[in-house]
Amino acid sequence: MAETRLKQLGGIVARQGILIAFALFLVGFAVFSESFSSTENLTSVVRQSAIIGVMAIGVTVVVISGNLDLSVGSMLSFATVMVVDLHDKIGPGPAMLVMLVAVLCLGCLNGFLVGMLRLNSLIVTLGMLSAIQGLTLIYSGGQNVDIADQEGTWFALFGRGEILGIAAPIVMFAVLAVVMQVVMSSTAYGRRVYAVGGNPTASVFSGIRRSRVVFSTYVISAFCVGLAAIILGSRVMGSQNNVGQGYELLVLAGVILGGTSLLGGSGTILKTVIGVLILGFIQNGLLLLGFAYYVQWLVTWVVIILAVWLDVAAKRGRLFSPIA
Amino acid sequence: MERLKSNRAGKWLVQNPIWGFIVIIFVFFSLSNEYFFDMRNFQNILVQTSTIGLIALGMTLVMINGNIDLSVGAVVALAASLMVDIQSWEAFSGWGNWQMLPALLAALAAGTALGALNGIIVWKTGVDAFIVTLGAMLGVRGLVFIYTEEQSFFAMNFTFSDIGMSSVGPVPSLAVLFLIATVAVHILLSRTVHGRNTYAVGGNREAAVNAGIRVGPHMVVNFMIVGFFAALAGVTLSSQMGASTPNLGREYELWVITAVVLGGTKLTGGAGSIIGTFGGVLAIGILRNGMNLMQVPAFYVLVILGSILIAVLFLDKQLTRKGAEALKT
Repeated sequence: MAETRLKQLGGIVARQGILIAFALFLVGFAVFSESFSSTENLTSVVRQSAIIGVMAIGVTVVVISGNLDLSVGSMLSFATVMVVDLHDKIGPGPAMLVMLVAVLCLGCLNGFLVGMLRLNSLIVTLGMLSAIQGLTLIYSGGQNVDIADQEGTWFALFGRGEILGIAAPIVMFAVLAVVMQVVMSSTAYGRRVYAVGGNPTASVFSGIRRSRVVFSTYVISAFCVGLAAIILGSRVMGSQNNVGQGYELLVLAGVILGGTSLLGGSGTILKTVIGVLILGFIQNGLLLLGFAYYVQWLVTWVVIILAVWLDVAAKRGRLFSPIA
Repeated sequence: MERLKSNRAGKWLVQNPIWGFIVIIFVFFSLSNEYFFDMRNFQNILVQTSTIGLIALGMTLVMINGNIDLSVGAVVALAASLMVDIQSWEAFSGWGNWQMLPALLAALAAGTALGALNGIIVWKTGVDAFIVTLGAMLGVRGLVFIYTEEQSFFAMNFTFSDIGMSSVGPVPSLAVLFLIATVAVHILLSRTVHGRNTYAVGGNREAAVNAGIRVGPHMVVNFMIVGFFAALAGVTLSSQMGASTPNLGREYELWVITAVVLGGTKLTGGAGSIIGTFGGVLAIGILRNGMNLMQVPAFYVLVILGSILIAVLFLDKQLTRKGAEALKT
């Protein structure tokens, strides 16, 4: 009896391992660094995590449907360069609109290739990663872009401003997270995405148009990248051509840390938010403790593998894989 | 189509469409550019592709296994840094040119050990190789930055960079190294028990276990091979430059995977060949070189390569689907 209870406890620890690790990290940093637990520091971490977080929400939807999107980093470069460049030419409003349309077109292309043509998503979005990088450079001619009047434009609101006393990136991140969580957990559309990722064949037999669902997830992912680009462009007021390089992997790291399985069919938006915040707090905490910025990469390596291992072990019911 | 398949050469071409593609771009660049069809340029192409090519050989084994290794770019940087730094250590200052030996051994050992680490984690934890090596890609890059403290290293011994430039007869040494490695891995994959097991494990893991193959250690060996080749590529790359930078090898994993997939290796495992991978590597090399000679801006090369990757995937799907239908009827 006691043994089963212990096992149950172990199961809970394993299943909620990522939350427990998160709490331990927070406590640890708070103990060793006085400035870590100040309100300003905590909000600044959330604000800095907003860009990766917004993108990770979109990628989570793609991953739940059983696919990958590695093109979001390049897409972020493309979108940020475009919105910053167009800002001075046609004004902030139209610039954001044109950029969003362009990014959604790229999302549609991804969706068409993976959803309609049924091509492998890893390779397709790898190809798109390279192609969009090229597109960005062709668009900008290799030049960095920036906004001339950085103080006078209302475009500054998204990256630097506040809404109801809360930093705007946090508000956008939070609203998007809540909306997408509701969509994924309480609408027919959300259930379809889970069904397509969980068992593609069964989903087709139950009348779900798999191609369209997969297509839509890439459009959502692209839209999230557009939002992230608005935050990034507005915060920096300029952009390099490779600003989003490597983001796809940080985003994916956040999604994986949140416990979303790359096989599809499981995961939630809220868990991804937690995963992204863990990455942000690890980064911030290590910096405050006086480590160089690259030490966080080493810690992230260990944390990712431990987190996913715990998750896999809990599902398997044993710690080590039974493979000979 | 039917007649093409009845012909042996035609059948081979349908299975390895990349070689048809290579012939087309080769003829195209030869006709459209006076500098392309030139012995010296061919040497160039081989040297330029040897870095990606070496890693692609190991990656082919790992991908036929049904795994993937995203950490190769970071391993390239680590090996290059070790190679250039260690040969200038005080301890080896009296060794003359032999000071390169401990550096070489350390670099190759580091790559192989990291490969083993990746493999053991994949084996013991049962976590997907994509996730394990994604983590390693970040973590090993962190190791590189910690080791180098963000510094670039320069080789003081010029013999080191001379090796990178040297030739064996008319063929550059690095090209010779790449060709020898290609033949060696080809033999390993097509003529040995380990090679057959590689296909078996990737094709059907259950069946491989039932057939008595020790799947775990087998996968670890393949991860060690790709780690070794990534480190070797780091050594040759640093020898070409006579230096190393901590950001070396970024996005190499993408180029390598592109080359391997162009060569017809399936991501799901169980299928692929070194001849195909060699073709994929050459195709990328010829395209980059040819477009460079035609003064196509590097931006367009990225777009064209991305599009070709997706197009090959599409074509491959069409061809294999046709093959499957033919089997049924």
